Amino acid sequence: MGAVDLLFVILSYAATLLFLGGLAWRIYRYARVPAPLKIPTMPAPTSRAGVVARMAREVVLFESLFKGQKWTWLFGWVFHAALALVLARHLRYFTEPVWGWVVLIQPFGKYAGLAMLAGLAGLWIRRLAVERVRYITGPSDHLILALLVAIGLTGAATRFAARTDIVAFKAFVLGLLRLDPQPIPHDPLVMAHLLLVLVLMAVFPFSKLLHAPGVFFSPTRNQVDDARERRHLAPWAAALEQSR
Amino acid sequence: MADFETPALREYPDEIPPLRPGATAHVRPFPAAPAHQEPLGFPGELVEDWQARALEKMGDLLGKYRSLQVFLDACVRCGACTDKCHYFLGTQDPRNMPVARQDLMRSVYRRHFTLGGKIAPALVGARELDREMLDQWYTYFHQCSQCRRCSVFCPYGIDTAEISMAAREIMDHVGQGQKYCNEIIAKVHKIGNNLGLPGPALEDTLEGLEEEVKEDTGVDVRFPLDVEGAEVLLVTPSADFFAEPHVEGLIGYAKVFHQAGISWTLSTYASEAANFGMFIGSYENMRRIALRIRKAAQDLGVKRIVFGECGHAWRVAYSFLNTLAGPWDFLDKRYPVPQHMCEVTYDLIRRGALNLDPSANDHMTVTFHDSCNVARASRMGDMPGGQFHIPREVIKASVNKFVEMDPATTMERTFCCGGGGGLLTDDLMEIRVKGALPRMQALKEVVEREGVTHMAAICAICKSQFTKVLPYYDLPMDMIVSVHQLVSNAIQLGTKE
Ligand code: SF4
Ligand code: SF4
Repeated sequence: MGAVDLLFVILSYAATLLFLGGLAWRIYRYARVPAPLKIPTMPAPTSRAGVVARMAREVVLFESLFKGQKWTWLFGWVFHAALALVLARHLRYFTEPVWGWVVLIQPFGKYAGLAMLAGLAGLWIRRLAVERVRYITGPSDHLILALLVAIGLTGAATRFAARTDIVAFKAFVLGLLRLDPQPIPHDPLVMAHLLLVLVLMAVFPFSKLLHAPGVFFSPTRNQVDDARERRHLAPWAAALEQSR
Repeated sequence: MADFETPALREYPDEIPPLRPGATAHVRPFPAAPAHQEPLGFPGELVEDWQARALEKMGDLLGKYRSLQVFLDACVRCGACTDKCHYFLGTQDPRNMPVARQDLMRSVYRRHFTLGGKIAPALVGARELDREMLDQWYTYFHQCSQCRRCSVFCPYGIDTAEISMAAREIMDHVGQGQKYCNEIIAKVHKIGNNLGLPGPALEDTLEGLEEEVKEDTGVDVRFPLDVEGAEVLLVTPSADFFAEPHVEGLIGYAKVFHQAGISWTLSTYASEAANFGMFIGSYENMRRIALRIRKAAQDLGVKRIVFGECGHAWRVAYSFLNTLAGPWDFLDKRYPVPQHMCEVTYDLIRRGALNLDPSANDHMTVTFHDSCNVARASRMGDMPGGQFHIPREVIKASVNKFVEMDPATTMERTFCCGGGGGLLTDDLMEIRVKGALPRMQALKEVVEREGVTHMAAICAICKSQFTKVLPYYDLPMDMIVSVHQLVSNAIQLGTKE
């Protein structure tokens, strides 16, 4: 283990801590702040099961975005679906023996990486080409896209350009998981790819990437339409009742 | 007419217009005077340390409203909402794109409540809440009618209405209130309705209506006031007592109750269905207004509460009344609390309790404008979407010629009339006229293609707004009608009772 290896180990742990700790802190916040009024966007489901279905359509199919803008939906959905597949594919670095379904999806993962890049490219072009979207775009929006594209490109390069020593990389990842740090393969592509991912993890809880946990807490999407049947009262609103 | 140009109707179906930055930066409502602020518990004018107090209030709201907290974090600037707001489509001012409107608050939130905004403000668009920003808040959070159209299309359900409400609540708390809303709320607290109509005047008006209906139909239809022990307490927007075409709707409710043999009453104490507390995001004021209805129901000993035609009133009634003023365990459990007048009429029609002759309306070809607060913030009946179905069924039972407007502009996608959310005031006429553009385009289309002569609505604000803005678009002001006006024309009095 040289100094570079040590640095990567420390950065990996630090980014993971920031990611998990930051997310937990945000989720705790979302869960604790009450929604004092019933504000589902109507028409809304009248049962819990209906809400679960609505949320599933939102998270899996991006239903509202589909209603809103077809191109953004297409690029956004392709990007996210491909990302999910790519992430699943990466599980092979974290599991020993590798789970059966993870083995099964390996061949698709390759193309998913390219689809992910295509989706990102589409989103980025829209951001530059559509006047309205350009108006609302700030530096951080470009930066996050740049980060994702760079992650995609370095990732794809390890696969299509210069094949990486995956066995050594897996040893590094498992070493982190087992709290028994191992050296990282000194391959600039892998090191760059990992570094970029660590940056993404670290900024996740402090950026617009909070849309991922946020959607589950969105009152307009997660509330049951039953205001007349069930009295809904937030703790701070209940305190006002004392003075009635 | 005022000194601005009515936007030209564009080719249909519409194209998204280019941006015109600052196009309506000059449109802002009259500020509230101390006399309007203080009865609501707000400081009379902008306080010395307004910035610190505004941020403190913002922190308070972030801890009280999950919507605000999540919405300020979650936006990814995907742009799906950018072309959904009628005020953007009508003014082309990019600040009227929902996400850009939200960003006025989000940038301040970032600066003061997030790590990124404290470390690298320029990177994440974080900004100080300075005088210029406060002015922009005052301008653009009063160019939002809280219609929730943007929330339909947002992948995270971000509802700009929630953010506008919070912004107005913060501004009220530092003394930067809006005259129109706050003056009206003060009147409700004091007298019981938005118009400040005292009991005796109300009694006079209702007597006049009884005479009018008697003259028209020869039947003694009652308009009861403060009758203890009546079955139904009717709470209706005060515009129903005198404004056209609202009053025709009120006559319709009375005829329905009359033919169905349901005893009912209005209340002087709660003579207003509208609850402007919602527009200014003030839970406390909204609750105070709602509690008047509870007290009236208890004092009069009624068994049911029914609301007249009013959009945001129905949102507060359907979605919030149980929270604000419930539980309603002293009322008849067989009926939902509260009920919408359209639900009552629809049930009676289905039971065959009303005798309607739709040919009485044969001089009309009618279309229906879904009011945003009914469509996207409440329901009728026991099925999702009943708020679309039930009023249409009531209309179809009362008229023979019914036509739908473009589905991209109705039901959950309906466009606001342009005057909702506390904007129905002359000092905002420019934004009202321009915001009506998308609805006017869809209406004009069915006027030309289908020969539509009338548009029915179930909202007091829609009715007043359209009466004012239709002429700007060369349409007759009286083409807007109440849904229960159609019922009133069609009902055959003396055949069932
Ligand atoms: S649709 Fe939602 S996430 Fe997209 S820009 Fe608008 S508010 Fe933001
Ligand atoms: S709530 Fe309505 S008026 Fe307000 S920003 Fe959204 S679409 Fe526009």
